Amino acid sequence: MFVRLSIAVAALSLLSGAALAQGAKLTDPQIAHIAYTAGVIDINAAKQAEKKASNKEVKAFAKDMVRDHEAVNKQALDLVKKLKVTPEDNDTSKALSKQAADKLAELGKLKGAAYDKAYVDNEVAYHKTVNTALETQLIPSASNPELKGLLQTGLKIFQGHQQHAEHVAADLK
Amino acid sequence: MLPGRYLTTLALFALGAIAVPAHAATIQIVMENLVVSPAEASAKVGDTVEWVNKDILAHTATAKSGDFDVTIAPKQTVKSVLTKAGTVDYYCRFHPNMKAVLKIAP
Repeated sequence: MFVRLSIAVAALSLLSGAALAQGAKLTDPQIAHIAYTAGVIDINAAKQAEKKASNKEVKAFAKDMVRDHEAVNKQALDLVKKLKVTPEDNDTSKALSKQAADKLAELGKLKGAAYDKAYVDNEVAYHKTVNTALETQLIPSASNPELKGLLQTGLKIFQGHQQHAEHVAADLK
Repeated sequence: MLPGRYLTTLALFALGAIAVPAHAATIQIVMENLVVSPAEASAKVGDTVEWVNKDILAHTATAKSGDFDVTIAPKQTVKSVLTKAGTVDYYCRFHPNMKAVLKIAP
C-alpha cells in the first residue's frame, strides 16, 4: 500500500516538476507526446500481462487495455496529423518511460498469483496517476479545443479503466 | 371495377394488419463516453433495438442471462430484434462499469 502510494506520488511530482522546470505551461506538442506515451506504457504492460497472467479476469482486463489504449492512441495520431502538430519529447515523457521500463522489469520477475496482483495493483495506481495528471495539468494546459476534447474523452475512458482495475483487484483478494 | 378495387385494397390492409401485429417499434439505446442511455429502457418482444455506439471504443451489450450478446464496433450502429420477454440486466464485457436494464414485455 505504502509502496503503491509513493509510486503514484513520485510520478505526479515528476509530472508537475517537469512542468514547473519549464517555467511555463506545457505546449500542445508536449501534451500530445505525454498522452501518447502514457498510452504506450499501458499497452506494453498489458501485452506482458496477456502472456504472464494466470487469472482469467486479469487476462481479459489486459486484453481490454490493449484494445482501448490502441484505439485512443490511433485517434491521437489521427488528430496530430490533422492539426499538423509534431509531438515533442520532453522531460515528463522521458520520466514516465523510464519509470515504466523499471516497473515492467520488476513485474517481469514475478510469477502466478503474485504477478497478477502486482500487475492489477499497478494498473489501479497508474490510471489514478494519469487521471489526476489529465485533470489537473494536461487538460487545463491544452490550447487546441480538439486536443482538449480528446483528452477529456480519454479521461472518461481511463476513469472507467481505473474502476475496472479496482474491481478486478477486489476480486483477487 | 371500382368496388372490386376497393375490396382488394381493403383485403391488402387486412393482410398487412395480420403480418405486422402489435406495431413492432424501434428503440434506440446510445453508448457514449462509456455511459448507456437510457439506463432503463422498455420494449416488447418483436421490437428492434438500435444499439448506437458513439464512442471511439468497441462496446458490447451482453445480457447477464445470456439472452443476447451484441458487439458494436466504434462509431457504429447494430440492430437486433428482441425475441424473449423479461427484465434483462446487461453490461459491456469490455467495460463492466457500463450497466443498464432492458424491460421486455411479452
